[in-house]
Amino acid sequence: MIRMKKIINLKNNRFKILAVCFWFLLWEVGSRVVDQEILLASPTEVLLTLLELCREIDFWVTIFFSSKRIVTGFLLALCIGTFWAVLSYKSRLVYELVTPFIKVVKATPVASFIILALIWISSKNLSVLISFFMVVPVIFSNVLQGLNATDEKLLQMAKVYRLNNLKKIKAIYIPSILPYLISAVSVGMGLGFKAGIAAEVIGIPANSIGQRMYEAKLYLMTKELFAWSLVIILISILFEKAILIIIHTLYKEHIQKLRELNRK
Amino acid sequence: MDIRLHHINKQFDEKQVLKDVNMTIVEGDIYCIMGASGAGKTTLVNILMGIIKQDAGEITGMNKRKIAAVFQEDRLIEHWDAVKNILLVCNKSMDESKVKDALEEVGLKDHLKKPVMDLSGGMRRRVAVVRALMADSELIIMDEPFKGLDEALKQQMIQYVKKRTKGKTVILITHDKEEALGLNAKIISILS
Ligand SMILES: Nc1ncnc2c1ncn2[C@@H]1O[C@H](COP(=O)(O)OP(=O)(O)O)[C@@H](O)[C@H]1O
Ligand SMILES: [Mg+2]
Repeated sequence: MIRMKKIINLKNNRFKILAVCFWFLLWEVGSRVVDQEILLASPTEVLLTLLELCREIDFWVTIFFSSKRIVTGFLLALCIGTFWAVLSYKSRLVYELVTPFIKVVKATPVASFIILALIWISSKNLSVLISFFMVVPVIFSNVLQGLNATDEKLLQMAKVYRLNNLKKIKAIYIPSILPYLISAVSVGMGLGFKAGIAAEVIGIPANSIGQRMYEAKLYLMTKELFAWSLVIILISILFEKAILIIIHTLYKEHIQKLRELNRK
Repeated sequence: MDIRLHHINKQFDEKQVLKDVNMTIVEGDIYCIMGASGAGKTTLVNILMGIIKQDAGEITGMNKRKIAAVFQEDRLIEHWDAVKNILLVCNKSMDESKVKDALEEVGLKDHLKKPVMDLSGGMRRRVAVVRALMADSELIIMDEPFKGLDEALKQQMIQYVKKRTKGKTVILITHDKEEALGLNAKIISILS
């Protein structure tokens, strides 16, 4: 059985790699057909541009500037979203109070937020706020969903055995929240980066990725534009994985076993 | 202090499950609640444990009583191993080695560290029983604790329960007269 699984995995991976190759090839062919670097840069050129960028110190400073702010916004959203979800689970009043706020934030276009926020705060720290606002509804909804999915029968068991809150959290609540939290982190980090960079493109704070992209657009440096987009994708995946790894190391036993449990 | 149930009534939707139930549970005795399937045995002990509320009637003598329970379903933390499941309900002073000894005594020596979701139904039942017996308690309630065990194991578990519940008040639901006899229990019949 285990060998079977491995073979299937290998096959799956092979398909994945083939699929990625296919799209790259299509991109390469497309760029040759269009034959205008300004409209569509070829993947090889984009990669070369990226390698060149990597050699600048400014490149790394820029990445640090933007990531620091966007990840800060994300982490704030993680803490505050979880906190609100717990309070909302405990109290109907808080739930009713927080829900309209979350709904409005969810429904408002990112652009409105960015422009509004520019009136309130400096463009330098705009991306912290924007990434926070984009991520907080995701964290809130998912954690609340996880809390609502706790097994009522286990909670009754805890009550009969007079388990204290710490034990209840460890044995019942955290395992129930974890799968939801993990998907919230995956979705949220991507959202945070997309919205955060959008904020930078509009606010144009110095030394930010957004500023670099804005300039690339201004001077029709399409290769750079593509390269920076690639960078954003890569760092957002990097931070997503980093946070998932932290969660996995904290709750290793839970996660492996919970996965099997959900499969059953 | 004895536990007294006075005129307990409970209905689900239109169905009257418990009708004017009265009983006295004397401190330190073992009781078997017997009755047909669907008679309301589980409902009765759930009311006693405070998991559900009766429609009418009164229970006295349950205040601040430390309860341990084997529920109709196992209600274990599925992805935790047996030892962890049991330590969860024990006082801080409980030794892990004592828990392991208890599990070995009921034939789970080779399954101490496996997540209980990987154990068979009968093994999980035994974990649930050991959990109830290791917890600090004055009253032990067991809802068909030997469900899914073969005859030999059942006899072994009856002896084990008997030994571990000395001096405690026990309420045990069963279909099986032999279990009641084996435990020297007083029998309470519930009519449907
Ligand atoms: N939560 C519930 N909602 C509706 N009906 C219920 C519920 N719990 C039990 N019942 C009904 O009450 C009756 C008694 O159930 P139960 O106490 O589980 O019986 P027993 O444990 O003696 O087999 C059954 O007919 C069952 O269908
Ligand atoms: Mg029952």
